[in-house]
Amino acid sequence: MTADTDAARGIITRGVVLTLLGLLGIAVEMVLAIKFTPVEALQGPAQKIFYVHVPAAVMVLWVAVPLAAIAGLLYLWLHDPRLDRFAAASAEVGTMFCLVVIITGPIWARPIWGAWWTWDGRLTLTLFLFFLLLGYHTLRSAIRDPNERARFSAVLGGMGLVLVPFIHLSVYLWRGLHPKPIVLKPSAPSLPPEMLRTLLIGFAVTFIFYLGLVTLRYGIQLRDDLKEAADAA
Amino acid sequence: MVNALKLAFAIAGKDIRVELRTRTSLLSAAVFAVLVLLVFNFGRDPTAVATIDLAPTILWVTVSFASVVAMNRAFTVERENAAFDGLLLAPVPRESIYLGKYLANLAFVLVVEAIALPLFILFFNLDIVQALPGIILTLLLATAGFVAAGTVFSAMVVKTRFAELMLPLLLLPFMVPPLIFAVKTTAPLFAGRPLSSVVDGLRFLLVFDICIITVSVLLFTAVVDE
Repeated sequence: MTADTDAARGIITRGVVLTLLGLLGIAVEMVLAIKFTPVEALQGPAQKIFYVHVPAAVMVLWVAVPLAAIAGLLYLWLHDPRLDRFAAASAEVGTMFCLVVIITGPIWARPIWGAWWTWDGRLTLTLFLFFLLLGYHTLRSAIRDPNERARFSAVLGGMGLVLVPFIHLSVYLWRGLHPKPIVLKPSAPSLPPEMLRTLLIGFAVTFIFYLGLVTLRYGIQLRDDLKEAADAA
Repeated sequence: MVNALKLAFAIAGKDIRVELRTRTSLLSAAVFAVLVLLVFNFGRDPTAVATIDLAPTILWVTVSFASVVAMNRAFTVERENAAFDGLLLAPVPRESIYLGKYLANLAFVLVVEAIALPLFILFFNLDIVQALPGIILTLLLATAGFVAAGTVFSAMVVKTRFAELMLPLLLLPFMVPPLIFAVKTTAPLFAGRPLSSVVDGLRFLLVFDICIITVSVLLFTAVVDE
């Protein structure tokens, strides 16, 4: 029992260290983006938000949410509570990144597009993903039994995994204004090397930040679960 | 396979019989749909916006709200007297239970839509008789998709606190793709274009239905099996 508690404490410590490292990295990236990366010719300083917005968006759309959904589906197969804990942690951190994307997007869009919000494909997708994540957390908080909670949220995650491509497709066919991908595309990245460097550093530090927060969240959940089990016994 | 379908029909038949004896949820969902239509009638300025421009929106907002109300019913009736435990103990595959519940839900929502559609045409003075087959087809295809997701969610939310509030929260994001394409399909039909001009939208709805029904059947087992 105490060994488990120690393990939980160890995970929390590791999470705190990683999170701080990630934050430090993001601070370095900010300095790099503002001071040592050229100003974009057409958009001016507004483009700087790109170095926050794009890594956060990639983190939620390609890392946090898919991993949470996959961990949930694996839980349905293996019934390992660690998978559920990870899924919940990843979804929660993903929600935070999603909020960052939704807040930084309009700040950029206002001077560049002249509007805070448009019903563009990717904006709509991100917004609905955010609502889906909120639904996920609300569902989790409304169920007391841990097994039931794990199963239900895994089911919702699996359904979401099917839904998201459809939202993407439907809004893509609908209308589009958002800039197209410039790094992850079939041809070479269409970005000056200095900007690409800052962006890649952004991806790396944001990923460390994500890992740190997920580890921290996982450790806290583990500690709470152990405490609950000890209280029940 | 045939047996599983027969069982599914039996469960759907049971649900429909139970509902026809009381008619409470069906009636309340239908009345709710009519009230939404009435609210829309007063919430717009007919001199500023032509009814025909607003009609697809009104139809689909009404349909989606009324469906959520209708779907809340599916598993709340099973909660009374632990009826659902009896259903789970019966030697019936989980897939049949899901399909039965799905078919019953689909029937309810379609009945509510069948009540709302004529009133919608009547209230808003729409001259759309020639477009009616296309609109009915769109309604069928769009409804089939989100009811599939709604059936899984209504089985989950009955076990939670605030079940009635939780269902729309989970389900509305799943209504977005079918709604977008249903509106895209009905708008040209209302404007008098032929059915052949909206085949792509209908095809999209069909693909969505197939995917969401498949994944719902697969995941429903995880909802009910402890």
